[in-house]
Amino acid sequence: MDSVKRPRLATVWMGGCSGCHMSFLDLDERLLDLAAAVDICYSPIADVKEFPENVDITLIEGAVANEDHLRDIHLIRQRTRVLIAFGDCAVTGNVTAMRNLFSVEDVLNRAYLESAIVAGVPTGNGIIPRLLDRVKRIHDVVPVDYFLPGCPPSADTIWAFVTDLLAGRVPSAEGRKFGA
Amino acid sequence: MSVRTLEVDGRMITALDGQTIFSAAWESGIHIPRLCHVGGLSSPAACRLCLVEVDGQTKLRASCITEATEGMVVRTATPELQAQRKLIVELLFAERNHVCSVCVINGACELQELAAQLGVDHIRLAPQYPHMTVDVSHERFGVDHNRCILCTRCVRICDEVEGAHTWDVQGRGRNSSVITDLGESWGDSDTCTGCGKCVQVCPTGALFLKGKTVAEMHKDRGFLKYIVTARKEKLWIA
Repeated sequence: MDSVKRPRLATVWMGGCSGCHMSFLDLDERLLDLAAAVDICYSPIADVKEFPENVDITLIEGAVANEDHLRDIHLIRQRTRVLIAFGDCAVTGNVTAMRNLFSVEDVLNRAYLESAIVAGVPTGNGIIPRLLDRVKRIHDVVPVDYFLPGCPPSADTIWAFVTDLLAGRVPSAEGRKFGA
Repeated sequence: MSVRTLEVDGRMITALDGQTIFSAAWESGIHIPRLCHVGGLSSPAACRLCLVEVDGQTKLRASCITEATEGMVVRTATPELQAQRKLIVELLFAERNHVCSVCVINGACELQELAAQLGVDHIRLAPQYPHMTVDVSHERFGVDHNRCILCTRCVRICDEVEGAHTWDVQGRGRNSSVITDLGESWGDSDTCTGCGKCVQVCPTGALFLKGKTVAEMHKDRGFLKYIVTARKEKLWIA
């Protein structure tokens, strides 16, 4: 075990395409420095089932799109010191929220009946989470400490942000831009 | 022609008789943000992004229509003005469906770029998700109302430079939109000459060339200076 306590970092994947996590992995060899500097306690790339307690920094990719997201986001906020909306879906809703122009029923019919090979809208039966009527941005549901827009934010933008945060500086706003 | 001297952001600059604060500042390298004003066209002062503080005046002035006067003291980027500009940009994003990541002009959009410059990293207001139409009936151009910020650049260039006045604005408030002719689809317009000037001056992805997909659209309004100079000076120079 470490003699010095390292900050605990979590990354979460909600209603997004995983592109932000791909960009996170594009940190490449800098991941080794990050792994040495923090304790990655929860992530789609770490096999941890339950979101742990006492997390210092959480990056959330994706919007709040279904009932599971809605349940988890409150727990994550409660257990996280600094919460970051990571990427455009988390920040603005982005592509995930484009379905807000239509009803959930219309969206499901379009996906599972009109354009599907396997016909039939999944009922969920307690395994598949139900879609919310409207996709919400993270800050529509819980307070967010920092916003890191981009589709996805570049690896350099992520690195500048995370290293500033870990060094106790005000995080650089460099590269913060919707889309691109 | 007489020359005025004024102070902008602590710098002494000069302006020609009748020149606006915006124009004089721009020529001195002080770029006041704006989305509706374009040099060479009339200014509706619609976007309110170029508002500045002028000493001795209680109201903020739209610098694109306010004449520079002798001894004027102007501030263009105080924290209060920047905060107002951020809010205006957020209102524009919230009003319609701006999804930068899948927009035809992603990476070359004036609204997207201005948001980044002003440090708009999220939208505090609730997005409205209005149902807007896309008209691709024209042979070469399309209009996507989801991306329109109602700056009216298309309306003005079509009327003032091309002389066709195909574009105009219909409706009130949040229900207003730009229209071609009396609401006919663009492809059916009798007045449109197909010149494409409107597409090139549009600051966002609202007007686009057909055949362009995500992030492929780039706009060039360099032609406008040639036309305006040619009219005034009878010289084909920019």
